[in-house]
Amino acid sequence: MDDIFGIPAPLLFGQLLLGLINGAFYAMLSLGLAVIFGLLNIVNMAHGAQFMMGAFCAWMLLAWAGIGYWWALILSPIIIGFTGIVLEKLFISKLYKLDHLYGLLLTFGLALIIEGVFRNEFGSSGLPYRIPPELSGAWDLGFMFMPIYRGWVVVAALILCLATWLIIEKTRLGAYLRAATENAALVQAFGVNVPRMVTLTYGFGVALAAIGGVLAAPIYSVNPQMGSNLIIVVFAVVVIGGMGSILGSILTGFALGIVEGLTKVFWPEASATVIFVIMAIVLLARPAGLFGRA
Amino acid sequence: MSVSRRSLLAASVGATMMPALSRLSHAQAANTIRIGVLNDQSGTYRDISGPYGVECTKQAVQEFGNKGFNVEVIFADHQNKPDVGVNIARQWYDQGVDLILDVPTSSVGLAVNNVAKEKNKAYINTGSATSDLTGAQCSPNTVHWMYDTYMLAKSTGGAMVKAGGDSWFFITADYAFGHALERDTGTFVKAAGGKVNGAVRYPFPATSDFSSFLLQAKSSRAKVIGLANAGADTVNSIKQAAEFGIMKGGTKLAALLMFLPDVHALGLQTAQGLVLTESFYWDLNDRTRAVTERLKPRLKDIKPNMASIANYSAALHYLKAVADMGVAASKASGIDVVSRMKAIPCDDDAFGAGRIREDGRKLCPSYLFEVKSPAESKAPWDYYKLLQTTPAEEAFRPLNEGGCNLVKA
Repeated sequence: MDDIFGIPAPLLFGQLLLGLINGAFYAMLSLGLAVIFGLLNIVNMAHGAQFMMGAFCAWMLLAWAGIGYWWALILSPIIIGFTGIVLEKLFISKLYKLDHLYGLLLTFGLALIIEGVFRNEFGSSGLPYRIPPELSGAWDLGFMFMPIYRGWVVVAALILCLATWLIIEKTRLGAYLRAATENAALVQAFGVNVPRMVTLTYGFGVALAAIGGVLAAPIYSVNPQMGSNLIIVVFAVVVIGGMGSILGSILTGFALGIVEGLTKVFWPEASATVIFVIMAIVLLARPAGLFGRA
Repeated sequence: MSVSRRSLLAASVGATMMPALSRLSHAQAANTIRIGVLNDQSGTYRDISGPYGVECTKQAVQEFGNKGFNVEVIFADHQNKPDVGVNIARQWYDQGVDLILDVPTSSVGLAVNNVAKEKNKAYINTGSATSDLTGAQCSPNTVHWMYDTYMLAKSTGGAMVKAGGDSWFFITADYAFGHALERDTGTFVKAAGGKVNGAVRYPFPATSDFSSFLLQAKSSRAKVIGLANAGADTVNSIKQAAEFGIMKGGTKLAALLMFLPDVHALGLQTAQGLVLTESFYWDLNDRTRAVTERLKPRLKDIKPNMASIANYSAALHYLKAVADMGVAASKASGIDVVSRMKAIPCDDDAFGAGRIREDGRKLCPSYLFEVKSPAESKAPWDYYKLLQTTPAEEAFRPLNEGGCNLVKA
């Protein structure tokens, strides 16, 4: 096959596909952040820690209770989502009237504490979690080996993103949520329990992070730093997409995964920086983000 | 008294131990040797030494016993950042720490090397791999303990080339350590008639997905993919190489630096058959088993690896030198202590008999191991079988090839 910009075409296709897979993680995580920010006005810095907790929860279910991947995919988000609800009730709900900065600092502190506890308990080098047998193996696409599991991650991420978008944009519940962010007092006057709805929304956002964690567990080693490595990038994705924009965070997540993938071929040393360069440019040109409303 | 209650207290508060130090009376301080263990307590390299390296140091102090002076062990987290490491090192040396020990992450290891020289204090590096510590950047204040990139390249790289792996592609962590390991291995490959097809340098420590680099390596058609990285990065690289079927079709993976905890993290199912080099294995001989047994109350169910136990070996040898020349003289000049360490022979249960060369290199044998299959492993941490031993005098770069200015031509 021909070369494109001096790179063999099969290699380039492979990188595009890999970028899409990483983009799926960015999209899933930034979606949770966007939901929480959009409806609660909280910059949830604990999102990476909650992603990590999701992965650890899957590992614990398997190692301690013999519960496999598929059940973990359902149980882990419920368990971690519930811890999110407890956090919201105990701490975060006290901050809604204050500036964004307080929520950011609180959740950042919580993230450090959670990561520290896990590091003390489990060390830093990670725990093995195997790919479920139904999804192990790979397809030979000609230009690359495509592990079946990675394909599943992309499909699962797409389904999740689409479902979340539909719930928030097209259902009655979503309409309540959006109304509550515009004018909470008025929605409450119509008989909707707004504080409970907000609590459940936080729990839902956290559950999204936990599902991401379970999906990531077989790919990356399950270790306490796995979330903090990702969270900064994901924040950049949210900022580029436009804070609080659901669709924006999904599309930017996938797009930036691809951009990063291509950078890994053309200039690998810069692959960790490229997203932030894009963020700086977007902030200069469109401060509200690509899909945000100024 | 070997470890005082105060010293334990000081150690437990880590980097904020300065008030505890200053509470010592003047007379006490003059008769107390302070060892500062500076390493990664919270990141990628924590499990390789971290808190275990501190425990191994304390074990050395305990075994050394009372020779008429007190010994204090403190520790701090350098977070793998040179600026953080240099700040702590300066503060420590200024406030009476006599020896800085461990310091993994070559970029930090090299930075602290300069501080020790500037302040004329003693510095034993056991954690960094870069061979520059005893080469271009060697120092009369510094001893480099149980391994370096040259020794790894010679043992693992040499064995791979001999087995027919004559074309290489490197996946390299983009900082001092990765560059040194890539350079030293590349030199061996070329000297043996092989060639290097290329390399990618990825951002450290911000990378956790290696699939892209593995595919680039595969498409270079090199027979061997050299992983010039360490810790969680190596674990992730190997895991993902298996996932993407990189080894199908005969491509081999060379984990140029891998420690026992990494194998533990990967699990034998994935790690089996990998070839790697260490200078210590707990189940190597009666002496290593004995010291591992003695460390058990401190390390619990974790086994020591060459990085954590090097702190034991190094602290023990340092204390011998101090006892030999007196506390006052040892405190006065780091160069003098290090010279004394070079003059007396080393011998301990972890690394056996050895010596320290004039360029600061501690000599010990290197061992080439193969990771056992799950069926071969009989007990927890029963992971390695010995393939080959390189004797101490041949394991490291010849004295005159390092470019160290301490070596007389």
